[in-house]
Amino acid sequence: MAVLQFREAIREAIDEEMDRDESVFIMGEEVAEYNGAYKVTEGLLDKYGFKRVIDTPISELGFAGIGVGAAMNGLRPIVEFMTFNFAVLAADQIINHASKARYMLGGQLDVPIVFRGPNASAGQLGATHSVAYDSMYAQFPGMSVIYPSEPDDAKGLLKSAIRNNDTVLFMESEQMYGLKGEVSEEEDYIIPIGKAKIKREGDDVTIVASGKMYHIAKQAAEQLAKDGVEAEIIDPRTIKPFDIETVIKSVKKTNRCIVVDESHPFGGMAAEVGFLIQRDAFDYLDAPVRRVTLPDVSAPFSKPLFDLWMPNAKDIIQAVNAVTYRS
Amino acid sequence: MAKKQKEAFFTPIGIDTGQNGEIEKSVKLPEATKKTHKQLGLSDDDVVNMFEQMYLQRRFEERAMQMYQKGKFGGFLHLYIGQEAVSTGTVFAINDDDDIITAYRDHGWGLVRGVTPKEGMAELYGKATGCSKGKGGSMHFAKVENHFWGGYGIVGGHIPIGGGLAFANKYQQNNRIATCFLGDGAVDQGALHETLNMSQLWSLPCIYVVENNGYSMGTSTRRHTVGEIHERSKGYGMKSALFNGMDVFTVYENMKKIAEEVRKDSMPWFVEIRTYRYRGHSMSDPQKYRTKEELEEYQKTDPIQRLKTYLIDKKVSDKKNLEEIESRVEEQVLEAIDFAEESPFPEDEALFEDMYADEPFFHDKK
Ligand SMILES: Cc1ncc(C[n+]2csc(CCOP(=O)(O)OP(=O)(O)O)c2C)c(N)n1
Ligand SMILES: [Mg+2]
Repeated sequence: MAVLQFREAIREAIDEEMDRDESVFIMGEEVAEYNGAYKVTEGLLDKYGFKRVIDTPISELGFAGIGVGAAMNGLRPIVEFMTFNFAVLAADQIINHASKARYMLGGQLDVPIVFRGPNASAGQLGATHSVAYDSMYAQFPGMSVIYPSEPDDAKGLLKSAIRNNDTVLFMESEQMYGLKGEVSEEEDYIIPIGKAKIKREGDDVTIVASGKMYHIAKQAAEQLAKDGVEAEIIDPRTIKPFDIETVIKSVKKTNRCIVVDESHPFGGMAAEVGFLIQRDAFDYLDAPVRRVTLPDVSAPFSKPLFDLWMPNAKDIIQAVNAVTYRS
Repeated sequence: MAKKQKEAFFTPIGIDTGQNGEIEKSVKLPEATKKTHKQLGLSDDDVVNMFEQMYLQRRFEERAMQMYQKGKFGGFLHLYIGQEAVSTGTVFAINDDDDIITAYRDHGWGLVRGVTPKEGMAELYGKATGCSKGKGGSMHFAKVENHFWGGYGIVGGHIPIGGGLAFANKYQQNNRIATCFLGDGAVDQGALHETLNMSQLWSLPCIYVVENNGYSMGTSTRRHTVGEIHERSKGYGMKSALFNGMDVFTVYENMKKIAEEVRKDSMPWFVEIRTYRYRGHSMSDPQKYRTKEELEEYQKTDPIQRLKTYLIDKKVSDKKNLEEIESRVEEQVLEAIDFAEESPFPEDEALFEDMYADEPFFHDKK
């Protein structure tokens, strides 16, 4: 095992896949000469040159679409967005084109493209820079959505994403780039898309949390353990396809479940998982499934309001107390 | 198999191309106007006021930067330092009820359009007394009652909105025009081109102004966009102009002429003003993409120093008087910091305030 930062794990995945396959290239704002807005692509320009590490203008719709066309025509683009908040401008290419072209042309072409970049909030950056988009994209058929929480998951899943023959959205977080973790040194380390991972075992309550939310769930679980409550944490890693079997199996053991989701509450991953649990494990539940999400309000700048807005470990503990009838 | 060709590459190569030590300026400044303030129809008081306004923007941001570095507030902080002649020349050239909209580099615009230093500093601190009640922070200064419609953080997002402000002015026949300021980086967004076409097609009374400060984050202008920016509107048959943005008189002269024309014929303009950003893109920018020498070249053309020298040379004012202004401004900025420090944060309830104009609704609110 090597200890890598999240950004280094992503870089290794990109590097290995670029090394392995000439048709893989990366483009995005500041990815080349600036070495990446968050230094994810540092050194790649030196290694692969200007042909395969490409700085783009601030033209999200345009370069996302150029990526889609290049993918149709034999390449494997990795398109970096400075954040998924800016990918909103490219949503037409992602939703109307990348995810649909194959189906509407009767399978005559493939769109093997990865759109990646940080997702959701990165602190006090205001309303337009703070939205979690994983649930929104998961709404649409034709593409996978990955939102890993640790360097090891990031590396293995990004390699899978790049090799995948369909559209994949791969989401990261500005606030996790510096996070260190052990990463498998296995040669050609691949984690299949669509497999959840039980990251902590426990019998009392199941907590489902991905991406940045996994880390607050972990904090909450450590706190709860001091009170004798053992939480089982499941990191779905992939939002779509969603590995509901792993969650159901856990809920059948713990009989209680909290879903933590950095999106707004309406129709998000938490709502979907809650629905599936009640359908598939209704008889096993000792309490209604609870969720911890953002409120149905845009991100405020002001620090105290922001702290109130952002889900935290305390919110999770409260939800656990409610389903374990300890409050 | 075809013969192996020369390696393809896409983006123009930039930083290390080597100019034999020669400074390759990222923006070339056109000549400044030779006219005196009198010839431009500005009074002595006007130009002294211009100086004060520019100096306020400069000191406000220099102090804000210090407070940021002390960890007094968080978020992004994009400084306008170096570009103050653009905001100031414009605001003096247009009517007070003409509309202004800009991007996130917005402190200067706010201050010169009536956001008080106190309201501005408090906004940076996220305090309830800020111009946007602490909801927006640095990127979202606004003073709508003064027709400053705010700063926006999605590059290019506000360009069509500028067109929309002009649309409403034309619709209401209120004789107001709109001005929309964007960065050179924003020129590359599709929104600009859709908006230019409709503005010309519908004769919207709007001036779209590119503040070409040489860089879009770490990418110099010639590496991110082709040709000359001001020529970009030619395909739409739209009138255009290019002028120096390091001289407040030049900005004033041109913007005044253009604004009068727009008010008369309701046809839009596309304008490139060349200026320079002295500081990094935001506070976390190591600025490896430019040389110290380049920065120093532009600092020699500093708009505030330039006006100060003019005022003294032309005996419009004197050193003592200008120094008094400077200390008054300094005092104001320090007071603004105290005000921001002492102001309360918004109450918890404020989280749910300002979302809706009508009856608010919040899904699954606890
Ligand atoms: C749609 C979108 N893409 C990317 C960004 C990130 N970003 C913020 S500012 C900026 C550079 C913009 O440069 P320019 O338009 O020249 O304005 P300046 O910063 O020089 O004032 C970038 C890439 C963003 N805010 N919005
Ligand atoms: Mg710029």
